[in-house]
Amino acid sequence: MPAGTLYRGREGMWSWVAHRVTGVLIFFFLFVHVLDTALVRVSPEAYDDVVATYKTPLVAVLEYGLVAAILFHALNGLRVIAVDFWAKGPRYQKQMLWTVLGLWIVLMVGAIYPVLGHAAREVFGS
Amino acid sequence: MTDEATTTAAGETRGYSVDNPAPVIEAPRARRAKTPRAPRMNFEMLGWLFMRLSGIVLVVLVLGHLLIQLVLDGGVSKIGFAFVAGRWASPFWQAWDLIMLWLAMLHGANGLRTIINDYAERANPRFWLKMLLYTATVFTVLLGTLVIFTFDPNIR
Repeated sequence: MPAGTLYRGREGMWSWVAHRVTGVLIFFFLFVHVLDTALVRVSPEAYDDVVATYKTPLVAVLEYGLVAAILFHALNGLRVIAVDFWAKGPRYQKQMLWTVLGLWIVLMVGAIYPVLGHAAREVFGS
Repeated sequence: MTDEATTTAAGETRGYSVDNPAPVIEAPRARRAKTPRAPRMNFEMLGWLFMRLSGIVLVVLVLGHLLIQLVLDGGVSKIGFAFVAGRWASPFWQAWDLIMLWLAMLHGANGLRTIINDYAERANPRFWLKMLLYTATVFTVLLGTLVIFTFDPNIR
């Protein structure tokens, strides 16, 4: 492998890939989310019917995935901004990625109960 | 050379060469003959800056939105027409949602535009994917804006 290609296959590349994938997923969700919210202009029943499906255990798992994508995209986005605007950003990009992943894990653990709690009660009984 | 140069009349793509170069994305810091020495601004540079500025605002707006909708006060279980009506009775939350809608849609649309530019190499799919993206974006932004401004808690 020629010199100067260490970016490839390293933290920088994989965080870039993950940023793209999560960004696309969030954008598609946003499109659907505006459509479902628009049902408030149809009738309260139409809106409540669709939101009822959002409260099912299966969709709760998808919501947890959505939270995972948004939290990564948000934290890594702040890292990208630091790399671009902070003089020492490029030098510390790896350390910042591990900080992002650490924060992400902590927040994802914290989101388990609020996002998945109601689904667990429904599946396993309370 | 334009995008069309890469596609024959039959819609087939030839291999790129000196006479048939790949589509060109303007470099963020591209200079032209009449570019002044100091400030260099073009559309791609503005897009790059917008992604960072809107990103910072969206971190606050979207994470706040997730906290309210999915965590506080019973999480997703509390959401319903009555909950929406209660929140949109306040101009503060109307403005929050409106700004979030516009920034998130433009941020996402510009991100997808970048991805289409990166991966859709043939001129026709490239053009039509972007048209689809722009149509969906304009439709969604206008629909969302209309819903926020015309929301009627006494619809029934």
